[in-house]
Amino acid sequence: MVEIGLKGKGHPYIPNSNPKIKQEMMREIGIKSIDELYSDIPEKYFLKKPLNLPEALSEFEVKRHVEALLSKNKTCEDMPVFLGAGCWPHYVPAVVKEIVQRSEFLTSYTPYQPEISQGMLQALFEYQSMICELTAMDVANCSMYDWASALGEAARMASRVTKRNEIFIPRIIHPERKATLQTYTEPADISIKEIAYNPETGQLDLDDLERKISDRTAAVYIENPSYLGFVEEHVDEIGSIAHKHGALFIVGVDPTSLGVFKPPGEYGADIVVGEAQPLGNSMNFGGPLLGIFACRDDLNLVRQMPGRIIGLTTTTDGGKHGFCMVLQTREQHIRREKATSNICSNEALCAVASAVYMALLGPQGLRELGETIMYRSNYAMRLLSRIEGVKAPVFKSLHFKEFTVNFDSAGLSVKEVNEKLLGMGIHGGKDISKEFPELGQTALYCVTEIHSKEDIGLLAKSLEKIVQKR
Amino acid sequence: MFRQARWDEPVIFNLGKAGRVGYTLPKVEEDVKGAVGDLNMLIPENLQRKDAPRLPELSEPEVIRHFIRLSEMNYGVDSGLYPLGSCTMKYNPKINEFLAGLPKLGMLHPYQNESTVQGVLEILYRLERWLAEITGTAEVCLQPSAGAHGEFLGVCIMRAYHRLKGESEKRKDVLIPDSAHGTNPASAAMAGFNVVVIPSDEEGCVDLEALKAAVSDRTAGLMLTNPNTLGIFEKNIEEIAKIVHEAGGLLYYDGANLNPILCKVRPGDMGFDIVHINIHKTFGTPHGGGGPGAGPVGVTEELAKFLPVPRIVFDGERYRLDYDRPYSIGKIRCFYGNVAVLLKAYAYILSLGREGLEEVAEVSVLNANYVMRKLREIEGLALPYNSEKPRKHECVFSAKPLKNKTGVSALNIAKRLLDYGLHAPTIYFPLIVEEALMIEPTETAEKEELDRFVEAMREICREAREKPEEVLMAPHNTAVRRLDEVRASHPQTMALSWRMYQKKLAAKKP
Repeated sequence: MVEIGLKGKGHPYIPNSNPKIKQEMMREIGIKSIDELYSDIPEKYFLKKPLNLPEALSEFEVKRHVEALLSKNKTCEDMPVFLGAGCWPHYVPAVVKEIVQRSEFLTSYTPYQPEISQGMLQALFEYQSMICELTAMDVANCSMYDWASALGEAARMASRVTKRNEIFIPRIIHPERKATLQTYTEPADISIKEIAYNPETGQLDLDDLERKISDRTAAVYIENPSYLGFVEEHVDEIGSIAHKHGALFIVGVDPTSLGVFKPPGEYGADIVVGEAQPLGNSMNFGGPLLGIFACRDDLNLVRQMPGRIIGLTTTTDGGKHGFCMVLQTREQHIRREKATSNICSNEALCAVASAVYMALLGPQGLRELGETIMYRSNYAMRLLSRIEGVKAPVFKSLHFKEFTVNFDSAGLSVKEVNEKLLGMGIHGGKDISKEFPELGQTALYCVTEIHSKEDIGLLAKSLEKIVQKR
Repeated sequence: MFRQARWDEPVIFNLGKAGRVGYTLPKVEEDVKGAVGDLNMLIPENLQRKDAPRLPELSEPEVIRHFIRLSEMNYGVDSGLYPLGSCTMKYNPKINEFLAGLPKLGMLHPYQNESTVQGVLEILYRLERWLAEITGTAEVCLQPSAGAHGEFLGVCIMRAYHRLKGESEKRKDVLIPDSAHGTNPASAAMAGFNVVVIPSDEEGCVDLEALKAAVSDRTAGLMLTNPNTLGIFEKNIEEIAKIVHEAGGLLYYDGANLNPILCKVRPGDMGFDIVHINIHKTFGTPHGGGGPGAGPVGVTEELAKFLPVPRIVFDGERYRLDYDRPYSIGKIRCFYGNVAVLLKAYAYILSLGREGLEEVAEVSVLNANYVMRKLREIEGLALPYNSEKPRKHECVFSAKPLKNKTGVSALNIAKRLLDYGLHAPTIYFPLIVEEALMIEPTETAEKEELDRFVEAMREICREAREKPEEVLMAPHNTAVRRLDEVRASHPQTMALSWRMYQKKLAAKKP
């Protein structure tokens, strides 16, 4: 055991904890005890007894302890897991992990001194640029915390730009995303209104939107693919309706779909938000995630954009290109209470991971990724829908990656099905029967490129057994 | 002499060749394809992507080399001293990185059945307890993704508290000292509050008379950093807390500067009701060039009911996620927080233990005062506010005397420091110090490195007097020379993405 403090040899992370060095430094600055440096703190606040915290462990002990705790988890490497709903299982290439572990990236801070931080700045500029190519937008910031907080900030931005205070969202949206949106918009007096969906197809009800939209509407928001996995088909019409009423059109995306589907910039989106965790970031039990935020090249929009943006510039002598943070006059450290957002730390390293991922895949790889996900998920849907008593999907629409599975005809609850599946070593879909009671006993399943034909076959067989045994 | 790598590294869009790929996907079985059919028949015409995204086409080695070259043009804590004030850029232990990278965490889905995630829930639950103990609060929520995100949660809780008391219409003011971090006013405004700025007194602390004059039945709360951004402990904290509480307001603790008081004194004991912690500062997790961070929030017993759902609960046998909290403010993001970052903090606390954490505080303060004493002897630098007072984790100097005499500003000093292979301090902050240089060495800097920093500062001040051009034109040894930041933000020349650059500027190039 390493002894801590003046008594011992000092701690490995604290070079000057060595008692001799400490003494020498104290002598040089003319103090006899460290306590003198704390003499301005009123006596009454000092802890009277030591805190109830663990004793220090050696590195080996820490490793053994944490590994033992983590071994209690069962991951999607231990069993097939068919969960998505805002955090998705994808493979992270070894190259991505290698780059983000480079200590020059990993251990640096926000690039306040651009001359010595060009690596991070260029990597973030490249991330922004690749997100723009993927979404067909002009400007992207260098990250938000996650899709939900990006949506919250997008709604506030739309309200600032249009000076209106009403946002339309589809009834079918991730409940946690909606809850986050509420937290972000409520203090700004922005009201959120839901648009109904077609019960057959799940598609946004355009008549309902037409009926409700007005000159108070700041933005219409849709998700594509939707939370329940179907693809929104009337994107052009929705955008037109929004624009006709002077509202902004905000689109939320899963970027893994954009190799095969038309990007939001090509159907009139003003702001694009989304989740880039699937592009090179592990799930990590739900975080860190990587919020996408992009908009059109319109100064009225760009000047209201939250978060940090990196731009390309030249050296002052004009000789070389270089990168730095731009439009900082929007930011909290300059504008204080008038800032466009309070964001300081964001998810920069996750953005670098995504840049590396997109660079590895390229246009061809992204198309293949989208196709692979579509083949596998649609195959799973077809296989499951053949089981008597199981309906997959609930909605007659095109699906990507995720789809709904209903057990009403089998007379089983999702809870029962999931418990039985777990007993068979499979993790089933997310129970959405409480989120959307009108859909009955329905679960949301997710199939990506990591789910093999065998995994899917096993799921189908197991569900068949469960339904038959009933 | 320091020399940073200086590659003429093209933007990635100018690399590679058409047709190259850097990654292979699992092959889709023919019968899977057959069962699904032609995707082009499945996807309606109006939804198909017609033009492939214009991403670069690179092989694996090309990708690696590009990003490795970029990394070589970047400076991190592992490269050397990073005395960025109030950012607490300390060494990030490697074992933590290893543990957070294990697939047993990485491959875990947040919606998995509780029985399959007991290990990670135990880690998060214990971390909450430890952080509550360290901050002197009743309950801690790990969800905020960054310090400012924690602030936003904190002021949302403030709002919810006053609403429940039926006073939210009235209590619209949040008081914030003029020395505060910029995130404080931004967060308060985001939560719908008016910001009332409280001036500092001649000692660099909250002006008590001004505070008394500002509080009223409109006061929702006060946001305070203690030690403050000058590195000075607000010794009148007892009176401050009394003034705010008697007015019916809540006291918010900005934890950016928690490092120097770890295991010494606790915000909760000083009367703070809401406390945020910057995991990526105090608990030694890497900052990743701007994130991910984590900004847990601790609150008093009375405020715990407002925390976001779910709460992690333990019944003596099993850990559960509890969503049944009727007073909760709801959600500030999806899922439970930046768990991979939080796991590193867990390992960090275990590695140091109670005594080690106290040692962190003491040595960070010793290092800051050591640097402060040495820099005071340098001609051209002044230490504003009570110069006899010990500083805590950081000290703020003013380069105004040097600027007046030589024209060399705090910015020039910062740029010249880069030439010496040292990261610059925070500059021009706090706003109440002219030509501010805010220096925080942290406990992980060795004495020799501190001496090297002091010597570099002495040398730069000498250069400013003897050959100012050298300093005014700095940096010379970094990957690029001084950048045109005005051009970067000017509407005519602004290029925020490669496609924007191509549309606007590339065509105009001679």
